[in-house]
Amino acid sequence: MQKYGEPDPRSAVDSLIASDRVPANAHPELLTEDDIWNLLNEVKDPEVPAVSVVELGIVRAVRWDGKTVSVDVTPTYSGCPATELIEELIAEALRAAGIRDPQINQVLTPAWTTDWITPEGKEKLRVFGIAPPQGSSSKLSLLGQSEVIACPHCGSDHTEQVSEFGSTACKALYRCKDCLEPFDYFKCI
Amino acid sequence: MTDKEILQSYLLRLADSDMILGQRLCELCGKAPALEEEMALMNVALDLVGQARNWYEYVAELEGKGRDADQLAFLRDAHDYRNLLITEQPNGDYAVTMARQFFYDVWHYFTLKGLVNSSDERVAGIAAKALKEVTYHLRRSSEWVKRLGDGTEESHRRMQDGIDLLWRFTGELIQADDVDQQIAAAGIGPDTAQLTNDWRGLVKEVLQEATLTPQPDDAWMYLGGKRGEHTEHLGFILAEMQFLQRAYPDAKVW
Repeated sequence: MQKYGEPDPRSAVDSLIASDRVPANAHPELLTEDDIWNLLNEVKDPEVPAVSVVELGIVRAVRWDGKTVSVDVTPTYSGCPATELIEELIAEALRAAGIRDPQINQVLTPAWTTDWITPEGKEKLRVFGIAPPQGSSSKLSLLGQSEVIACPHCGSDHTEQVSEFGSTACKALYRCKDCLEPFDYFKCI
Repeated sequence: MTDKEILQSYLLRLADSDMILGQRLCELCGKAPALEEEMALMNVALDLVGQARNWYEYVAELEGKGRDADQLAFLRDAHDYRNLLITEQPNGDYAVTMARQFFYDVWHYFTLKGLVNSSDERVAGIAAKALKEVTYHLRRSSEWVKRLGDGTEESHRRMQDGIDLLWRFTGELIQADDVDQQIAAAGIGPDTAQLTNDWRGLVKEVLQEATLTPQPDDAWMYLGGKRGEHTEHLGFILAEMQFLQRAYPDAKVW
């Protein structure tokens, strides 16, 4: 299993560097909209390289007419420092496929919610060691008890919150009382 | 003032308050009492600065003077800043930091809750995003107020001191002026009376659970942040925050 700090050979940053070497697709007009989505599904989130930007649900729309492409992207958090990098990585992946001047639009409405993380994305988060968001964002209570979070390592429900905020804005810090491992929880918003 | 100027003026208060509190919290980077607290404080600061940018970008578009979000944040002087006075108050001990955060979070939460239903779509969109983040901020700061207030004798005393120290800056949060009222009348911002009631209600509820005593509703209050009249602290914050931009305009070469 990949751990933090070890470079993933297919991480977004590496693919950005690699894409400079890939010759441009001579016939981008043959690409379908599904091909574009598949392409974007290869672009990893730089902060959580276990999942792609599509699995994370931040790619909201793709418009492709065989010549020009426009992609709507929504930030996870208002202050997410990865927003610009993600937009650049998406543009780079599209350019590498031979598409000229891809247009990336930042959209704020509707606001991103963890409900948009795909089931595959949630499973990949868990395997990566991050507990995926549990339940629906609509159930987030203001002053109520926090929900029970299962340990992504051993599956135990016997866990406790260490901090409401983790290594990035989108995560909280937990600890498993059975296997004693600390872990990140992808907050439900 | 025209309707557009009123909107700009209102949005600048939101932007500047987020920006200044974000900057204040960043002063604790490397100095927080525990690692988890450091991460939490910086995450809250990051959310606030991100929200400030969203508001600044809209203000910049509305004023149409060719300024961008960075110029609004880094090239205006203290008398042009419209942040709430509580956001510029020093960090103090951790009880003061949490009292400031709690008072602000309650105001922020109910303000955004009103703005989500704004007749201005752009405002509603920015607010909807921010509200999700601020819900977490409020959950955390109210937990700290309870933990310190209902903790040891010393933590209780310090938390009460923090509440008493900052109470004088809370009038501005809920006392509506002309701009607030016109924004509410236009359906852009929250109902002002509702905001006052909601703020007082939740603050008292949490303080009660924390075994802390609020000050009376008619306590004497500092006002002026919304008009650009600040306490002596803002100039020092801006001096640090704006130094790089002023010394190396646009900081293009690194």
